[in-house]
Amino acid sequence: MTAPITPTLLYLDNVTVSFDGFRALNALSLAIDHAEMRAIIGPNGAGKTTMMDVITGKTQPSEGTALFEGSHDLTALDETAIAELGIGRKFQTPTVFEMHTVEDNLLLALKNKRGPLATLLSRRPAQEQERIDALLERVRLTAQRHRRAGELSHGQKQWLEIGMLLAQEPKLLLIDEPAAGMTDQETADTADLLRDIARSKAVIVVEHDMTFVRDLGVKVTCLHEGSVLAEGSLDAVSANERVVEVYLGR
Amino acid sequence: MRTQSLFDRQTTVVLSLLAAAAILVPAMNGLALPGSALHLSDHLVPLLGKYVCFALLALSVDLIWGFCGILSLGHGAFFTLGGYAMGMYLMRQIGPRGVYADPVLPDFMVFLDWKELPWFWYGFDWLPFAALMVLLVPGALAFVFGWFAFRSRVTGVYFSIITQAMTFALMLAFFRNDMGLGGNNGLTDFKEILGFPVQAGSTRIVLFVLSVLALAGGYLLCRWVVGSTFGKVLVAIRDAESRTRFLGYRVEHYKLAVFTLSAMLAGVAGALYVPQVGIINPSEFAPANSIEVVIWVAVGGRGTLAGAILGALLVNAGKTWFTAALPEFWLFALGGLFVFVTLFMPRGILGAASDLWERSSQKLRARRSPQSVTHAAE
Amino acid sequence: MRAAAAALTLPPYEAHFMIVLRNFLQAFVLLLGMASAALAGPYEEALLKFTNDSYADTDAAIGAVAASGNPLAVDVVEALRDGRLLVGSGQVFVRRASGDLINAATGQTWGNPTGELKSVRVNNRVRRAIEAALGSLTLLSPDAAKRLEAARAVFRSRDEAALPALEEAIAQEGHVPVRNALETARAAILLSKQDALHTQKLAAVETLRDRGDQEALALLSNLPSHAPLEIMAAAGKAAEGIRARLAFWQAFQNVWYGISLGSVLLLAAIGLAITFGTMGVINMAHGEMVMLGAYTTFMVQEVIRSYFPGLFGASLLIALPLAFLVAGSVGLLIERAVIRFLYGRPLETLLATWGISLILQQGVRTIFGPTNREVGTPAWMSGALDIGAISLTYNRIAIVVFAFSVFAILLLVLRYTSLGLYVRAVTQNRRMAGSMGIRTSRIDALAFGLGSGVAGIAGVALSQIDNVSPNLGQSYIIDSFMVVVFGGVGSLWGTLVGAMTLGIANKMLEPYAGAVLGKIALLIAIIVFIQRRPRGLFALKGRAVEA
Repeated sequence: MTAPITPTLLYLDNVTVSFDGFRALNALSLAIDHAEMRAIIGPNGAGKTTMMDVITGKTQPSEGTALFEGSHDLTALDETAIAELGIGRKFQTPTVFEMHTVEDNLLLALKNKRGPLATLLSRRPAQEQERIDALLERVRLTAQRHRRAGELSHGQKQWLEIGMLLAQEPKLLLIDEPAAGMTDQETADTADLLRDIARSKAVIVVEHDMTFVRDLGVKVTCLHEGSVLAEGSLDAVSANERVVEVYLGR
Repeated sequence: MRTQSLFDRQTTVVLSLLAAAAILVPAMNGLALPGSALHLSDHLVPLLGKYVCFALLALSVDLIWGFCGILSLGHGAFFTLGGYAMGMYLMRQIGPRGVYADPVLPDFMVFLDWKELPWFWYGFDWLPFAALMVLLVPGALAFVFGWFAFRSRVTGVYFSIITQAMTFALMLAFFRNDMGLGGNNGLTDFKEILGFPVQAGSTRIVLFVLSVLALAGGYLLCRWVVGSTFGKVLVAIRDAESRTRFLGYRVEHYKLAVFTLSAMLAGVAGALYVPQVGIINPSEFAPANSIEVVIWVAVGGRGTLAGAILGALLVNAGKTWFTAALPEFWLFALGGLFVFVTLFMPRGILGAASDLWERSSQKLRARRSPQSVTHAAE
Repeated sequence: MRAAAAALTLPPYEAHFMIVLRNFLQAFVLLLGMASAALAGPYEEALLKFTNDSYADTDAAIGAVAASGNPLAVDVVEALRDGRLLVGSGQVFVRRASGDLINAATGQTWGNPTGELKSVRVNNRVRRAIEAALGSLTLLSPDAAKRLEAARAVFRSRDEAALPALEEAIAQEGHVPVRNALETARAAILLSKQDALHTQKLAAVETLRDRGDQEALALLSNLPSHAPLEIMAAAGKAAEGIRARLAFWQAFQNVWYGISLGSVLLLAAIGLAITFGTMGVINMAHGEMVMLGAYTTFMVQEVIRSYFPGLFGASLLIALPLAFLVAGSVGLLIERAVIRFLYGRPLETLLATWGISLILQQGVRTIFGPTNREVGTPAWMSGALDIGAISLTYNRIAIVVFAFSVFAILLLVLRYTSLGLYVRAVTQNRRMAGSMGIRTSRIDALAFGLGSGVAGIAGVALSQIDNVSPNLGQSYIIDSFMVVVFGGVGSLWGTLVGAMTLGIANKMLEPYAGAVLGKIALLIAIIVFIQRRPRGLFALKGRAVEA
């Protein structure tokens, strides 16, 4: 099989993942364009997190193709290599380095040489500090810059993690439930932030919160039992009979 | 940068105390008259030197455990290998003064009826070569071992268990006479180091001062490492390994680098230890020894560097006192220490102290600006 | 030298050299007088030779006595062997075990002998003659065990003189094992006998080949130089066959030793599989639970020895539940007092339990002393079972059977009891189990107690094959961890396979690499293995494991 020449940034085709006979992903196919934002919805166990695991190299699919920029085979790479390609991920529960300061969290995420020797001998140039300042500003954590990340509130941690994602300067961002545990105001702000980001980068957002998805106003893919159930605008998807069936039960 | 300033102050304190030790110990041993309260008797100098070497060993364990979350239960192996490298040099310095007066072969080889020096003994009559081996042998072992372990993501207790198996296997191997390293008895009966008699008071003073310098150097090296971005990555790995991977860091390379560096530090500690205690034998590989090092670090406070030094000194001083005064109770005390520290002082002495300091300074700030505290308490 | 040797066999009051000399002279004079009388048959004549105090004469006398067919012959030769054949006043006496003296010539009881008596001395040559004579003499004994013993004695001595007796015995022997032994003895004699017939020798080679053990092999490969070429060739071929057979049994024995070692490892590790498997708790004090079990056995035996000596045979059975209780309750105590505060912090747990192990070791050392304690083996566990060319000791068999029984029982407990169900639930998904109303902390405590108790039971078994000392547990801890990690954490089957694999691999390596190198090789192999499969052979899969 020859690799398809596609303009898409991320191309998943027929991806299947089984755990002891249980198919977490079942012939899933998905394509994301450059600078596209896509919302993924679906009930629990639909395979949303497993899909992210496959894209970021945490899980190896038993079958299927996963290509990035048309040429990089994601199934053959590990987490680190995939991150270096330009895929950033934010986890469902905010995962920041709790013992580091907010500033250091961003510093570690900055797009820089990642080798041990490089980090051992690195000196911080002034423009790096400027970038950190700009990022702090963007995720509204300037006042917290010297605090330990572990001391932040839940919402602040979510934002810090998004800030870290931006610092990586990835081409594709995978964002798992950014609105979870946020106040309404924070949720709205987060939607703004993501829309802003999506102007220059591709973003995949996994979310349960339909208001939030509506706020994003983007194409929606609904997963069910490891495959795509419906795709389209939120209105179209929520009007889909099968989606309603899946969400409400029979 | 509050934490940064704390570190800087800690560095100043550690270095001044070490400088004081390097000056006071020789002075109290050489200048103060015997009988005066300030006099330090001759047998205490190598004892203190031994503590200093242990402190360096503890430092090396803290570097990987405290900052990168790698709990090695086999660090005694690197220490002992460094010790053997130095021991081999000291054996070659005996020359024809051994019991069997063989000009080349150490006594135990004559005793085993060996005819010539095994190949791996070549070069050890030259101190710079031996010194290189002190770094390379433990470093190489750590590199190979770590390369396999970290690449396949052996972490946590699994890693601890296999490091323990590693040092156990080395102990069994070194007990064999066929190893050509003295079997059971190890290497001992040293005479000279660089032409100076090993037992002489002046040599011991010099060795002590060298050990203190090595400790100070090791401390500065570790401080520099953990203060760099590299060090921040280590802590990131410790706290959220997979997150660090998703940020694009090659976690296994970092672990391998710091593990190897730490093994080399342990090797240096072992090399300085051997001339001061006058013997190195396979029982130093015993897994129990390596576990004991971990408790030194835990007592002082892991992840603080200075704590490792403090813990090593305190626990070993305690051990000396107990084994002389209440030998029956030493293991009770040590065992109790393991339990007590893990249960009640998980961050060790320095951790507890810095908590206290932070709390009081917070109170202080609270009095100055009540607003910022309410914010922090959110 | 002779005087000294005599003094050893004589009552002390006769030890003086002069007295010996005087007796010697007396005997000599009497002998001269009696020789002239010379009225006796071959038996009596042979008897008299004992009075000469010459090894050569004694040797000759043994042969003659044995050949005489006199019913007293066995008594005489046995008495000679045991130093109970006495001479004095030119006559020969046998002192019975009861102390009575009988006249060797007549069989009559002899009240008070006149003059002093001394026993007939023996040297190695004489002893060989005694053994051969007894062999042929008891070949016809009514007791099958004695006949077997006799056949073996003849086999060892290869005394040609026993051949007629052997033939006779073979002709009337009805008991198969004895008959086999008799035939091999005959074969051995025939092979070394110069003037035996060709066909007889060939038949002998065949008999020995069928016997097929180390002794037969030695005989066949060390034929006397006068043996004809044809016989040599046949013997060589037979020896080859025996070697192959022995090699097979050797391999079998290695496997058996491996299973035996594997059972020991299984016993030591199986409790760990529970604690490590369910709770992820690295219990470094696990070895000390084994030690407590062993010391419980010691205490039980002490009490039995002092108060109920009759129960000794059951001491291990009594110790089993007690060891379970002692180790189990200590384990429970440790869990409640220390470990439960450290869940989710495996490295800290490791350190704390290491501390506990130090305390337990020193505690036992303070109470019982640092030296090894003697734990006895009940009679029913001593002895050995012969299979083919090897023998399996009963205590090893018992340990293998015991280890597998413990394994089976634990498997059943985990499968069919509600405790087992809860434990498995907690192993697979702690949070889920907790939210379903299982009191995970209680399950933890019980599982920990169970694991420790099983370790105590292991201690009862290990007390039979290892030194019971405060360091007992230390010697097992690394091995047990290797077994559990190799087999896969949380899987009892994995532990079984791990223990057996390591045990057998260890014993198979030993003949080639030696015990120490073999062990090192195995440790390295496991280290490499863990790096290939970090979760062991039988790894649990799925999401829960990573959480």
